Amino acid sequence: MIRSLGFIIGTTLMYSTPLIFAALGGVISERSGVINIGLEGMLAFGAFTGASVGYFTGNPWIGFIAGGLASGLIGLIHAIVSVTFHGDQVVSGIAINFIGPGLAIFLSRKLFSGAAMTIPVANKIPKFLSGVFPENSFMENVFKQDWTTVIAFLTAILMWFVLYKTVLGLRIMAVGENPEAADTLGISVRKIRYGAVITSGVLAGLGGASMSLAVASNFFPTLISGQGFIALAAMIFGKWKPHGALGACLIFGLAQALVVYLGGTTIEVSTDLLNMLPYVMTLVILLGVVGSANAPAADGQPYEKE
Amino acid sequence: MSKPRSKLNIIFFSVVIGFLAGGIILKLAGYSPIEVYFIMLKGTFGSLKFVSYGILKATPLILTGLSVMFAFRTGLFNIGAEGQFIVGSIVAASMGYYLHLPAIIHPIVILVIATIAGGLWGGIAGFFKAKFGVNEVISTIMLNWIALYLSNYVVAIESFARRTNVTHSIQSTASIRLLGEWKKTEAGLDWLSGHPMLFDLFKTQINFGIVVAILAVVLSGFILNKTTLGYSLKAVGYNKHAAEFGGIDVKKKVFTSMFIAGAISGLAGALQVLGVSQNLSTLAAMEGYGFDGIAVALMGANTPLGCLFSGLFFGALKYGGTKIQTPPINAPSETVNIMVGIIVLFIAMPKLFDVIKKKLAERKRVKMDD
Repeated sequence: MIRSLGFIIGTTLMYSTPLIFAALGGVISERSGVINIGLEGMLAFGAFTGASVGYFTGNPWIGFIAGGLASGLIGLIHAIVSVTFHGDQVVSGIAINFIGPGLAIFLSRKLFSGAAMTIPVANKIPKFLSGVFPENSFMENVFKQDWTTVIAFLTAILMWFVLYKTVLGLRIMAVGENPEAADTLGISVRKIRYGAVITSGVLAGLGGASMSLAVASNFFPTLISGQGFIALAAMIFGKWKPHGALGACLIFGLAQALVVYLGGTTIEVSTDLLNMLPYVMTLVILLGVVGSANAPAADGQPYEKE
Repeated sequence: MSKPRSKLNIIFFSVVIGFLAGGIILKLAGYSPIEVYFIMLKGTFGSLKFVSYGILKATPLILTGLSVMFAFRTGLFNIGAEGQFIVGSIVAASMGYYLHLPAIIHPIVILVIATIAGGLWGGIAGFFKAKFGVNEVISTIMLNWIALYLSNYVVAIESFARRTNVTHSIQSTASIRLLGEWKKTEAGLDWLSGHPMLFDLFKTQINFGIVVAILAVVLSGFILNKTTLGYSLKAVGYNKHAAEFGGIDVKKKVFTSMFIAGAISGLAGALQVLGVSQNLSTLAAMEGYGFDGIAVALMGANTPLGCLFSGLFFGALKYGGTKIQTPPINAPSETVNIMVGIIVLFIAMPKLFDVIKKKLAERKRVKMDD
């Protein structure tokens, strides 16, 4: 019983990790007033870059960072469209969801002799607290996690600190709520939004790389399938707050972990119905919290100086 | 709102940029863009059979494009075409197998019910928006996943599954393929083998879907431009508050718009099953009909006729894209998705074109002054 519980907690943490990175990416972008529906494409591109760089260098950490930087570039594109050209942010995100996975598979076929999947990496991201606890004990199941999981939690704490406890954070939120007022105070709306959107891309890229270097060991076309949208839901679910998004990602991760756990037991329950659960839950919660779950006031509004 | 003419110009230039950018990416990856595009062109229009396959690819896209367009016109973003499509296909596959009805009546009954089912699925998001103010982008994303797992649940039903991950095929009475059964009879084979071109054509899953899609385009145009319903839907899209002030029940229109959008996508899913796949299979991931529909609506300037053309364009690209992946070229077919993404990216920023125009005008003026 206690061992099963450990397994469920551990699996939850593993599946939540990529979502946490991506949802935090969504939070930082939207708090500055730029909608980022392109998380899915950014995750895919980060996952591919991470897996391929990790394969060619033999070093998962270089791959992990490369994944973040690669999607940071996609974030830059989104920023150019949204901030400089006052484009339609949702449409730009849709475009990124075509370009990200498209480029990922394109390059995969180019580099891996026509295959849409990369060759598995020799070295995955190492484990945190490996060999500290007895094999297969409750403690090991819970605490022997990928380092990327630890980094995801630290990133969430850091983002919470930056947003709520620093001047920079206040500026980011001011730009997302009322860019005119922020501008009057001499805050550069353009710079803040560029920074936030590029950071958003980097985080989503790290999420993708954590998927292809820690959860799996390579990139393939269905690796990301929809996690960017789940992260988006988690962001809304968590009311555009880093700690809220973290909690929501854990709930989604738990649902996935339960599917895995129950698949290995004799309990007769349809995995399809279980898989459906997090989405049904999100819908129900949205119905319940509307009114209190409002996006930043200027979210999605291009800012043009008079 | 920009003028329709300038909008079409933006789309035209975006498509040109898409092809150029695709060419540059191909070049950088070591392929010859000219050769790749030539193979694409030949592989799309080289024979009647190819054209038929292109149309088969385009049919669902025209419809999901129309679906997204309808919501757009009311100021709503329907990301849920994917889920509505899946719901339509579930209805079609199950009623096609379990129901026993005479030919002609069978597919008509199915299409009507699938359309209503898709409409209700879209309507849920419309209702949530109208009643509780839930952002339709998020609710439709959730509904997409619920539809996907619902479909997988149905595929796993014991009496319905033919083998793991695939259901039984629909009855032949429900099929909308041209000359469906007759193609396989002695007489049919005899006659067709005497006409090699047609023989080739009928080897494809050619079906009545495209006819239904064109009818849907015409009907959508009629509703939007010639009826009070269309007028009020567009009024809500232009200015919610003005529409409300003018006595239009905005909440009701939000529901209606999402219902129509869902209905068209549901119809698309049903046609795909009755005409092409003829069964359901387990989905590992979204198939992308809905997202492709968003691109179709954007490339079609949010008009019904535009969706017809951009759907055909996208379908042809998709089919042509499969041709470049084979020897001797071996270029990734994903080139097409990258191109479409770039086209959509440029459609997203009309201001860029204004800036370019200004720069060109300035340059002209400088030349004149010299």
